[in-house]
Amino acid sequence: MKKPKRELTIEQKIKRRNFISFAIFGAGAVSTYTGWRWLYKSPNEIPGITAGAHQPLRRALNKTELFFRRLIFNENHLVKTYPREMAAKKIRHNSDIGSEGKLPPENWKLHVKKISGEILQISLDELMALPKTGITYNFKCVEGWDQISHWEGVKFRDLITHYQLHEETRLGYVSFETPDRKYYVGIDMPSAMHPQTLLAYQMNDELLNGQHGQPLRLIIPIKYGIKNLKRIGTIAFSDSRPRDYWAEKGYDYYSGL
Amino acid sequence: MKAIKEKHSLLMRWTHWVNFPLLTIMIWSGILIYWANDEYRLTVFGHTYIHFFPDWFYNLLHIPHRLSEGMAFHFLFMWFFTLNGFFYVLYTIISGDWRQLLPNRHSFKEAWQVLLHDLHIRKIAPPQDKYNAAQRIAYTAIIIMGFGSVITGLAIYKPVQFNWLTWLCGGYHLARISHFILTIGYTLFFLIHIIQVVLAGWSNFRSVISGFEVITKTTKPAIESKSENEKT
Repeated sequence: MKKPKRELTIEQKIKRRNFISFAIFGAGAVSTYTGWRWLYKSPNEIPGITAGAHQPLRRALNKTELFFRRLIFNENHLVKTYPREMAAKKIRHNSDIGSEGKLPPENWKLHVKKISGEILQISLDELMALPKTGITYNFKCVEGWDQISHWEGVKFRDLITHYQLHEETRLGYVSFETPDRKYYVGIDMPSAMHPQTLLAYQMNDELLNGQHGQPLRLIIPIKYGIKNLKRIGTIAFSDSRPRDYWAEKGYDYYSGL
Repeated sequence: MKAIKEKHSLLMRWTHWVNFPLLTIMIWSGILIYWANDEYRLTVFGHTYIHFFPDWFYNLLHIPHRLSEGMAFHFLFMWFFTLNGFFYVLYTIISGDWRQLLPNRHSFKEAWQVLLHDLHIRKIAPPQDKYNAAQRIAYTAIIIMGFGSVITGLAIYKPVQFNWLTWLCGGYHLARISHFILTIGYTLFFLIHIIQVVLAGWSNFRSVISGFEVITKTTKPAIESKSENEKT
Protein backbone atom coordinates (compact mmCIF):
# COMPACT_ATOMS: atom_id res chain seq x y z
CA MET A 1 0.00 0.00 0.00
CA LYS A 2 1.18 3.50 -0.88
CA LYS A 3 1.89 5.84 1.92
CA PRO A 4 -0.49 8.76 1.88
CA LYS A 5 1.38 11.81 0.66
CA ARG A 6 1.78 14.36 3.36
CA GLU A 7 1.53 18.01 2.56
CA LEU A 8 4.98 19.57 2.82
CA THR A 9 5.44 22.23 5.40
CA ILE A 10 6.46 25.69 4.30
CA GLU A 11 9.98 25.05 5.62
CA GLN A 12 10.23 21.88 3.55
CA LYS A 13 8.90 23.61 0.45
CA ILE A 14 11.45 26.35 0.80
CA LYS A 15 14.28 23.87 1.27
CA ARG A 16 13.11 21.73 -1.61
CA ARG A 17 12.76 24.58 -4.07
CA ASN A 18 16.05 26.10 -3.04
CA PHE A 19 17.78 22.78 -3.48
CA ILE A 20 16.31 22.18 -6.93
CA SER A 21 17.02 25.65 -8.24
CA PHE A 22 20.56 25.75 -6.90
CA ALA A 23 21.24 22.29 -8.29
CA ILE A 24 20.03 23.39 -11.72
CA PHE A 25 22.00 26.61 -11.44
CA GLY A 26 25.13 24.68 -10.53
CA ALA A 27 24.61 22.20 -13.34
CA GLY A 28 24.10 25.09 -15.74
CA ALA A 29 27.31 26.77 -14.58
CA VAL A 30 29.27 23.55 -14.92
CA SER A 31 27.91 22.77 -18.39
CA THR A 32 28.55 26.36 -19.51
CA TYR A 33 32.14 26.03 -18.40
CA THR A 34 32.48 22.59 -20.01
CA GLY A 35 30.94 23.85 -23.22
CA TRP A 36 33.32 26.78 -23.25
CA ARG A 37 36.35 24.52 -22.68
CA TRP A 38 35.14 22.26 -25.47
CA LEU A 39 34.83 25.17 -27.89
CA TYR A 40 38.09 26.75 -26.81
CA LYS A 41 40.00 23.47 -27.16
CA SER A 42 38.15 22.29 -30.26
CA PRO A 43 40.47 21.13 -33.04
CA ASN A 44 41.56 23.51 -35.75
CA GLU A 45 40.10 23.04 -39.19
CA ILE A 46 41.99 20.89 -41.66
CA PRO A 47 44.13 23.40 -43.56
CA GLY A 48 42.83 23.99 -47.06
CA ILE A 49 41.46 27.10 -48.69
CA THR A 50 40.82 28.33 -45.18
CA ALA A 51 42.86 27.50 -42.11
CA GLY A 52 43.91 28.68 -38.69
CA ALA A 53 40.47 28.76 -37.05
CA HIS A 54 38.74 26.30 -34.75
CA GLN A 55 36.34 24.10 -36.71
CA PRO A 56 33.12 25.30 -35.03
CA LEU A 57 34.21 28.92 -35.31
CA ARG A 58 34.99 28.54 -39.01
CA ARG A 59 31.59 27.01 -39.60
CA ALA A 60 30.00 29.92 -37.78
CA LEU A 61 32.05 32.46 -39.77
CA ASN A 62 31.09 30.89 -43.10
CA LYS A 63 27.43 30.47 -42.20
CA THR A 64 27.13 33.95 -40.76
CA GLU A 65 28.75 35.56 -43.78
CA LEU A 66 26.57 33.57 -46.19
CA PHE A 67 23.49 34.41 -44.14
CA PHE A 68 24.14 38.13 -44.50
CA ARG A 69 25.06 37.78 -48.16
CA ARG A 70 21.80 36.04 -48.96
CA LEU A 71 19.81 38.35 -46.75
CA ILE A 72 21.09 41.71 -47.85
CA PHE A 73 23.87 41.60 -50.42
CA ASN A 74 22.89 43.63 -53.39
CA GLU A 75 25.14 45.16 -55.99
CA ASN A 76 22.95 48.24 -55.92
CA HIS A 77 24.08 48.86 -52.36
CA LEU A 78 26.83 51.31 -53.10
CA VAL A 79 29.65 52.33 -50.84
CA LYS A 80 29.27 55.89 -49.60
CA THR A 81 31.45 58.28 -51.55
CA TYR A 82 32.89 61.58 -50.40
CA PRO A 83 33.91 64.84 -52.02
CA ARG A 84 37.39 64.60 -53.49
CA GLU A 85 38.75 67.26 -51.07
CA MET A 86 38.10 64.98 -48.11
CA ALA A 87 40.57 62.38 -49.34
CA ALA A 88 43.76 61.95 -47.33
CA LYS A 89 46.86 63.47 -48.93
CA LYS A 90 49.08 60.79 -47.52
CA ILE A 91 47.55 57.35 -47.84
CA ARG A 92 48.17 55.00 -44.96
CA HIS A 93 50.44 52.09 -45.71
CA ASN A 94 50.12 48.94 -43.67
CA SER A 95 51.96 46.06 -45.24
CA ASP A 96 53.67 45.09 -48.45
CA ILE A 97 53.68 41.32 -48.56
CA GLY A 98 54.06 40.45 -52.23
CA SER A 99 54.58 44.05 -53.28
CA GLU A 100 57.93 45.07 -51.79
CA GLY A 101 60.04 47.51 -53.71
CA LYS A 102 59.38 49.06 -57.07
CA LEU A 103 58.01 47.46 -60.21
CA PRO A 104 58.09 49.98 -63.05
CA PRO A 105 55.12 49.57 -65.41
CA GLU A 106 57.41 48.84 -68.37
CA ASN A 107 58.61 45.67 -66.62
CA TRP A 108 55.09 44.50 -65.89
CA LYS A 109 52.11 42.92 -67.67
CA LEU A 110 48.73 41.94 -66.24
CA HIS A 111 48.09 38.27 -66.93
CA VAL A 112 44.46 37.24 -67.31
CA LYS A 113 43.87 33.51 -67.53
CA LYS A 114 40.83 32.73 -69.66
CA ILE A 115 38.86 29.47 -69.32
CA SER A 116 40.10 28.44 -72.74
CA GLY A 117 43.63 28.38 -71.35
CA GLU A 118 44.61 31.46 -73.30
CA ILE A 119 46.47 34.05 -71.21
CA LEU A 120 45.90 37.70 -72.02
CA GLN A 121 48.88 39.95 -71.40
CA ILE A 122 47.81 43.50 -70.82
CA SER A 123 50.14 46.46 -70.37
CA LEU A 124 49.43 49.46 -68.16
CA ASP A 125 49.08 51.70 -71.22
CA GLU A 126 46.38 49.42 -72.60
CA LEU A 127 44.55 49.53 -69.26
CA MET A 128 44.87 53.31 -69.11
CA ALA A 129 43.28 53.55 -72.53
CA LEU A 130 40.09 52.03 -71.10
CA PRO A 131 37.44 54.26 -69.47
CA LYS A 132 38.85 55.78 -66.28
CA THR A 133 36.83 55.72 -63.08
CA GLY A 134 37.61 57.46 -59.81
CA ILE A 135 36.26 56.88 -56.33
CA THR A 136 36.69 58.66 -53.01
CA TYR A 137 35.49 56.42 -50.21
CA ASN A 138 36.28 55.31 -46.72
CA PHE A 139 38.86 52.52 -46.91
CA LYS A 140 38.33 50.13 -43.99
CA CYS A 141 41.01 47.98 -42.47
CA VAL A 142 40.09 44.85 -40.57
CA GLU A 143 42.30 46.14 -37.75
CA GLY A 144 39.77 48.85 -37.16
CA TRP A 145 41.18 51.98 -38.74
CA ASP A 146 39.59 53.66 -41.71
CA GLN A 147 40.68 56.43 -44.02
CA ILE A 148 38.98 58.38 -46.76
CA SER A 149 41.12 57.98 -49.85
CA HIS A 150 40.89 58.64 -53.57
CA TRP A 151 41.69 56.08 -56.25
CA GLU A 152 41.46 55.98 -60.01
CA GLY A 153 41.59 53.15 -62.46
CA VAL A 154 39.53 50.78 -64.56
CA LYS A 155 36.31 49.27 -63.30
CA PHE A 156 36.66 45.51 -63.11
CA ARG A 157 33.39 45.35 -65.04
CA ASP A 158 34.85 47.48 -67.85
CA LEU A 159 37.83 45.17 -68.13
CA ILE A 160 35.46 42.18 -68.44
CA THR A 161 33.43 43.93 -71.14
CA HIS A 162 36.43 45.14 -73.10
CA TYR A 163 38.22 41.80 -73.18
CA GLN A 164 34.95 39.87 -73.60
CA LEU A 165 35.30 37.76 -70.51
CA HIS A 166 31.56 37.24 -70.03
CA GLU A 167 31.94 33.50 -70.17
CA GLU A 168 34.39 33.69 -67.26
CA THR A 169 32.05 35.75 -65.06
CA ARG A 170 29.61 32.84 -64.98
CA LEU A 171 32.04 31.14 -62.63
CA GLY A 172 31.75 31.76 -58.91
CA TYR A 173 35.12 33.29 -58.09
CA VAL A 174 38.00 35.43 -59.27
CA SER A 175 41.51 35.06 -57.96
CA PHE A 176 44.11 37.82 -57.82
CA GLU A 177 47.77 37.13 -57.16
CA THR A 178 50.91 39.22 -56.90
CA PRO A 179 53.61 38.53 -59.53
CA ASP A 180 55.69 36.67 -56.90
CA ARG A 181 52.55 34.77 -55.72
CA LYS A 182 53.29 35.71 -52.11
CA TYR A 183 49.95 37.46 -51.63
CA TYR A 184 46.75 36.18 -53.12
CA VAL A 185 43.03 36.76 -52.62
CA GLY A 186 39.86 35.04 -53.74
CA ILE A 187 36.86 37.20 -54.50
CA ASP A 188 33.32 35.98 -55.06
CA MET A 189 32.06 37.02 -58.49
CA PRO A 190 29.18 39.26 -57.29
CA SER A 191 31.67 41.32 -55.25
CA ALA A 192 34.19 41.49 -58.10
CA MET A 193 31.45 42.62 -60.49
CA HIS A 194 30.21 45.26 -58.03
CA PRO A 195 30.07 48.60 -59.88
CA GLN A 196 32.60 50.15 -57.47
CA THR A 197 35.30 47.50 -57.83
CA LEU A 198 38.37 49.03 -59.45
CA LEU A 199 41.69 47.95 -60.83
CA ALA A 200 43.43 51.08 -59.65
CA TYR A 201 46.65 52.45 -61.07
CA GLN A 202 46.38 55.90 -59.54
CA MET A 203 45.94 57.37 -56.06
CA ASN A 204 45.17 61.04 -55.75
CA ASP A 205 46.93 62.45 -58.84
CA GLU A 206 49.90 60.18 -59.17
CA LEU A 207 50.54 56.67 -60.36
CA LEU A 208 50.80 54.10 -57.60
CA ASN A 209 54.22 54.06 -55.99
CA GLY A 210 56.00 51.01 -54.61
CA GLN A 211 54.30 51.02 -51.23
CA HIS A 212 50.82 51.12 -52.62
CA GLY A 213 50.99 48.26 -55.08
CA GLN A 214 52.79 49.71 -58.10
CA PRO A 215 51.67 49.50 -60.85
CA LEU A 216 48.14 48.06 -60.41
CA ARG A 217 46.13 47.12 -57.34
CA LEU A 218 42.66 46.01 -56.43
CA ILE A 219 40.31 48.51 -54.82
CA ILE A 220 37.22 46.66 -53.73
CA PRO A 221 35.33 49.01 -51.40
CA ILE A 222 32.78 46.40 -50.31
CA LYS A 223 35.54 44.35 -48.68
CA TYR A 224 37.98 44.94 -45.86
CA GLY A 225 41.47 46.10 -46.78
CA ILE A 226 42.88 42.57 -46.56
CA LYS A 227 41.06 41.75 -49.80
CA ASN A 228 42.42 44.84 -51.61
CA LEU A 229 45.45 43.09 -53.09
CA LYS A 230 48.41 45.25 -54.03
CA ARG A 231 50.35 44.71 -57.25
CA ILE A 232 48.15 42.45 -59.31
CA GLY A 233 50.12 40.00 -61.42
CA THR A 234 47.56 37.41 -62.39
CA ILE A 235 43.79 37.29 -62.59
CA ALA A 236 42.13 33.88 -62.93
CA PHE A 237 38.60 32.51 -62.73
CA SER A 238 37.25 29.40 -61.03
CA ASP A 239 34.15 27.79 -59.64
CA SER A 240 35.63 26.85 -56.29
CA ARG A 241 37.09 29.25 -53.77
CA PRO A 242 40.64 30.24 -54.81
CA ARG A 243 43.31 30.35 -52.13
CA ASP A 244 43.35 33.44 -49.98
CA TYR A 245 46.23 34.72 -47.88
CA TRP A 246 44.30 35.89 -44.81
CA ALA A 247 41.65 33.17 -44.97
CA GLU A 248 44.55 30.78 -44.40
CA LYS A 249 45.35 32.69 -41.22
CA GLY A 250 41.98 32.38 -39.55
CA TYR A 251 40.10 35.31 -41.10
CA ASP A 252 36.72 35.06 -42.74
CA TYR A 253 36.93 34.15 -46.42
CA TYR A 254 34.50 36.79 -47.66
CA SER A 255 35.36 39.65 -45.28
CA GLY A 256 32.58 41.64 -46.89
CA LEU A 257 31.22 44.95 -45.71
CA MET B 1 4.94 32.58 9.90
CA LYS B 2 7.15 32.13 6.90
CA ALA B 3 5.70 32.22 3.45
CA ILE B 4 6.90 31.90 -0.14
CA LYS B 5 6.53 34.96 -2.28
CA GLU B 6 7.09 34.42 -6.00
CA LYS B 7 9.45 37.05 -7.29
CA HIS B 8 11.33 36.36 -10.51
CA SER B 9 9.95 34.28 -13.36
CA LEU B 10 11.95 31.42 -14.79
CA LEU B 11 12.54 33.24 -18.07
CA MET B 12 13.80 36.35 -16.34
CA ARG B 13 16.26 34.25 -14.32
CA TRP B 14 17.28 32.22 -17.35
CA THR B 15 18.02 35.18 -19.62
CA HIS B 16 19.68 37.04 -16.76
CA TRP B 17 22.22 34.30 -16.03
CA VAL B 18 22.80 33.30 -19.65
CA ASN B 19 23.62 36.90 -20.36
CA PHE B 20 26.50 36.88 -17.93
CA PRO B 21 28.84 34.47 -19.82
CA LEU B 22 27.59 35.81 -23.16
CA LEU B 23 28.42 39.41 -22.36
CA THR B 24 31.76 38.33 -20.89
CA ILE B 25 32.68 36.56 -24.13
CA MET B 26 31.45 39.47 -26.24
CA ILE B 27 33.54 41.97 -24.26
CA TRP B 28 36.62 39.73 -24.23
CA SER B 29 36.48 39.01 -27.97
CA GLY B 30 35.67 42.67 -28.57
CA ILE B 31 38.90 43.67 -26.84
CA LEU B 32 40.79 41.14 -28.98
CA ILE B 33 39.44 43.01 -32.02
CA TYR B 34 40.01 46.43 -30.51
CA TRP B 35 43.63 45.71 -29.69
CA ALA B 36 44.58 45.47 -33.38
CA ASN B 37 44.31 49.24 -33.51
CA ASP B 38 43.75 50.71 -30.06
CA GLU B 39 43.22 54.30 -30.95
CA TYR B 40 40.65 55.48 -28.43
CA ARG B 41 41.64 57.73 -25.59
CA LEU B 42 40.10 60.37 -23.44
CA THR B 43 41.86 63.62 -24.20
CA VAL B 44 40.73 66.92 -22.75
CA PHE B 45 42.63 70.10 -23.66
CA GLY B 46 45.61 68.22 -24.97
CA HIS B 47 46.04 66.02 -21.92
CA THR B 48 45.30 62.33 -22.23
CA TYR B 49 43.57 61.04 -19.12
CA ILE B 50 42.74 57.52 -20.18
CA HIS B 51 44.24 55.45 -22.95
CA PHE B 52 42.26 52.30 -23.74
CA PHE B 53 44.08 50.23 -22.65
CA PRO B 54 47.46 50.33 -20.87
CA ASP B 55 50.00 47.63 -21.68
CA TRP B 56 49.65 45.79 -18.38
CA PHE B 57 46.00 45.22 -19.18
CA TYR B 58 46.83 43.50 -22.46
CA ASN B 59 49.61 41.48 -20.88
CA LEU B 60 47.35 40.39 -18.03
CA LEU B 61 44.70 39.05 -20.37
CA HIS B 62 47.15 37.76 -23.01
CA ILE B 63 45.33 39.71 -25.65
CA PRO B 64 47.84 40.90 -28.28
CA HIS B 65 47.78 39.66 -31.86
CA ARG B 66 44.59 37.70 -31.77
CA LEU B 67 42.40 39.71 -34.12
CA SER B 68 41.11 36.81 -36.23
CA GLU B 69 40.31 34.79 -33.13
CA GLY B 70 38.45 37.72 -31.64
CA MET B 71 36.40 38.24 -34.80
CA ALA B 72 35.53 34.54 -35.01
CA PHE B 73 34.24 34.47 -31.42
CA HIS B 74 32.50 37.82 -31.73
CA PHE B 75 30.60 36.79 -34.86
CA LEU B 76 29.47 33.51 -33.31
CA PHE B 77 28.36 34.77 -29.92
CA MET B 78 26.65 37.86 -31.32
CA TRP B 79 23.82 35.52 -32.34
CA PHE B 80 23.25 34.23 -28.83
CA PHE B 81 23.63 37.67 -27.29
CA THR B 82 21.03 39.09 -29.68
CA LEU B 83 18.63 36.16 -29.29
CA ASN B 84 18.89 36.24 -25.52
CA GLY B 85 18.01 39.93 -25.45
CA PHE B 86 15.23 39.36 -27.95
CA PHE B 87 13.64 36.62 -25.81
CA TYR B 88 13.87 38.71 -22.67
CA VAL B 89 12.19 41.72 -24.27
CA LEU B 90 9.55 39.53 -25.89
CA TYR B 91 8.86 37.93 -22.53
CA THR B 92 8.49 41.21 -20.66
CA ILE B 93 6.07 42.41 -23.31
CA ILE B 94 3.92 39.25 -23.32
CA SER B 95 3.89 38.79 -19.55
CA GLY B 96 3.26 42.44 -18.84
CA ASP B 97 6.40 42.65 -16.70
CA TRP B 98 7.41 45.74 -18.63
CA ARG B 99 5.04 47.64 -16.37
CA GLN B 100 7.39 46.99 -13.47
CA LEU B 101 10.47 47.80 -15.50
CA LEU B 102 9.80 50.90 -17.54
CA PRO B 103 10.41 54.14 -15.70
CA ASN B 104 7.29 56.23 -15.22
CA ARG B 105 6.92 59.97 -14.92
CA HIS B 106 7.94 59.91 -11.24
CA SER B 107 10.94 57.68 -11.69
CA PHE B 108 13.57 60.28 -12.40
CA LYS B 109 12.71 62.31 -9.33
CA GLU B 110 12.41 59.18 -7.20
CA ALA B 111 15.67 57.72 -8.47
CA TRP B 112 17.41 60.72 -6.94
CA GLN B 113 15.75 60.02 -3.59
CA VAL B 114 16.76 56.35 -3.88
CA LEU B 115 20.33 57.41 -4.48
CA LEU B 116 20.29 59.72 -1.46
CA HIS B 117 18.81 56.90 0.60
CA ASP B 118 21.44 54.44 -0.60
CA LEU B 119 24.12 56.90 0.37
CA HIS B 120 22.52 57.21 3.83
CA ILE B 121 21.79 60.87 3.29
CA ARG B 122 18.03 60.47 3.22
CA LYS B 123 16.28 58.33 5.80
CA ILE B 124 13.25 57.13 3.88
CA ALA B 125 13.28 55.62 0.46
CA PRO B 126 10.34 56.44 -1.79
CA PRO B 127 7.65 53.75 -1.97
CA GLN B 128 8.25 51.24 -4.72
CA ASP B 129 6.80 48.32 -6.59
CA LYS B 130 8.97 45.29 -7.44
CA TYR B 131 11.83 47.56 -8.49
CA ASN B 132 12.65 51.01 -7.22
CA ALA B 133 12.94 54.00 -9.51
CA ALA B 134 16.71 53.72 -9.85
CA GLN B 135 16.42 50.06 -10.76
CA ARG B 136 13.72 50.79 -13.31
CA ILE B 137 15.94 53.34 -14.99
CA ALA B 138 19.03 51.12 -14.86
CA TYR B 139 17.32 47.95 -16.09
CA THR B 140 15.58 49.77 -18.91
CA ALA B 141 18.79 51.55 -19.85
CA ILE B 142 20.69 48.28 -20.06
CA ILE B 143 18.11 46.92 -22.52
CA ILE B 144 18.41 50.05 -24.63
CA MET B 145 22.18 49.68 -24.44
CA GLY B 146 21.94 46.07 -25.63
CA PHE B 147 19.77 47.18 -28.51
CA GLY B 148 22.29 49.93 -29.24
CA SER B 149 25.14 47.42 -29.28
CA VAL B 150 23.34 45.22 -31.79
CA ILE B 151 22.48 48.18 -34.03
CA THR B 152 25.92 49.82 -33.92
CA GLY B 153 27.47 46.37 -34.26
CA LEU B 154 25.56 45.68 -37.46
CA ALA B 155 26.40 49.17 -38.68
CA ILE B 156 30.13 48.48 -38.46
CA TYR B 157 29.87 44.82 -39.48
CA LYS B 158 28.08 45.51 -42.79
CA PRO B 159 28.34 49.27 -43.38
CA VAL B 160 27.64 48.92 -47.10
CA GLN B 161 24.74 46.50 -47.04
CA PHE B 162 23.20 48.14 -43.94
CA ASN B 163 24.19 51.62 -45.10
CA TRP B 164 20.94 53.15 -43.76
CA LEU B 165 21.78 51.76 -40.33
CA THR B 166 25.30 53.16 -40.49
CA TRP B 167 23.80 56.48 -41.51
CA LEU B 168 21.41 56.36 -38.54
CA CYS B 169 24.38 55.74 -36.24
CA GLY B 170 26.09 58.85 -37.59
CA GLY B 171 28.50 57.08 -39.91
CA TYR B 172 30.99 54.26 -39.64
CA HIS B 173 33.39 56.02 -37.37
CA LEU B 174 30.81 57.22 -34.87
CA ALA B 175 29.09 53.84 -34.87
CA ARG B 176 32.36 52.21 -33.91
CA ILE B 177 32.97 54.71 -31.10
CA SER B 178 29.40 54.24 -29.82
CA HIS B 179 29.86 50.48 -29.88
CA PHE B 180 32.99 50.91 -27.79
CA ILE B 181 31.44 53.36 -25.32
CA LEU B 182 28.50 51.00 -24.78
CA THR B 183 31.00 48.34 -23.76
CA ILE B 184 32.51 50.69 -21.18
CA GLY B 185 28.92 51.28 -20.04
CA TYR B 186 28.34 47.55 -19.49
CA THR B 187 31.44 47.31 -17.40
CA LEU B 188 30.31 50.21 -15.20
CA PHE B 189 26.80 48.78 -14.97
CA PHE B 190 28.24 45.44 -13.97
CA LEU B 191 30.36 46.94 -11.19
CA ILE B 192 27.47 48.94 -9.73
CA HIS B 193 25.14 45.97 -10.12
CA ILE B 194 27.50 43.74 -8.15
CA ILE B 195 27.89 46.32 -5.37
CA GLN B 196 24.11 46.68 -5.13
CA VAL B 197 23.60 42.93 -5.04
CA VAL B 198 26.13 42.59 -2.23
CA LEU B 199 24.44 45.39 -0.30
CA ALA B 200 20.98 43.91 -0.84
CA GLY B 201 22.08 40.68 0.78
CA TRP B 202 21.95 36.97 0.33
CA SER B 203 18.20 36.53 0.25
CA ASN B 204 17.92 38.96 -2.64
CA PHE B 205 20.67 37.16 -4.53
CA ARG B 206 19.06 33.80 -3.86
CA SER B 207 15.77 34.97 -5.31
CA VAL B 208 17.42 35.55 -8.69
CA ILE B 209 18.37 31.86 -8.68
CA SER B 210 15.35 30.27 -7.06
CA GLY B 211 12.74 32.78 -8.12
CA PHE B 212 11.08 33.32 -4.76
CA GLU B 213 11.59 35.20 -1.57
CA VAL B 214 10.82 34.07 1.94
CA ILE B 215 8.74 36.59 3.78
CA THR B 216 7.41 36.59 7.28
CA LYS B 217 3.69 36.87 7.32
CA THR B 218 2.07 38.69 10.17
CA THR B 219 -1.65 38.85 10.49
CA LYS B 220 -2.76 38.87 6.96
CA PRO B 221 -3.73 42.34 5.88
CA ALA B 222 -6.60 42.66 3.47
CA ILE B 223 -4.48 44.75 1.16
CA GLU B 224 -0.86 43.86 0.75
CA SER B 225 1.20 46.81 1.80
CA LYS B 226 4.41 47.71 0.14
CA SER B 227 6.41 48.13 3.28
CA GLU B 228 9.97 49.21 3.71
CA ASN B 229 11.44 45.79 4.52
CA GLU B 230 10.27 44.28 1.25
CA LYS B 231 12.65 46.48 -0.60
CA THR B 232 15.07 44.60 -2.74
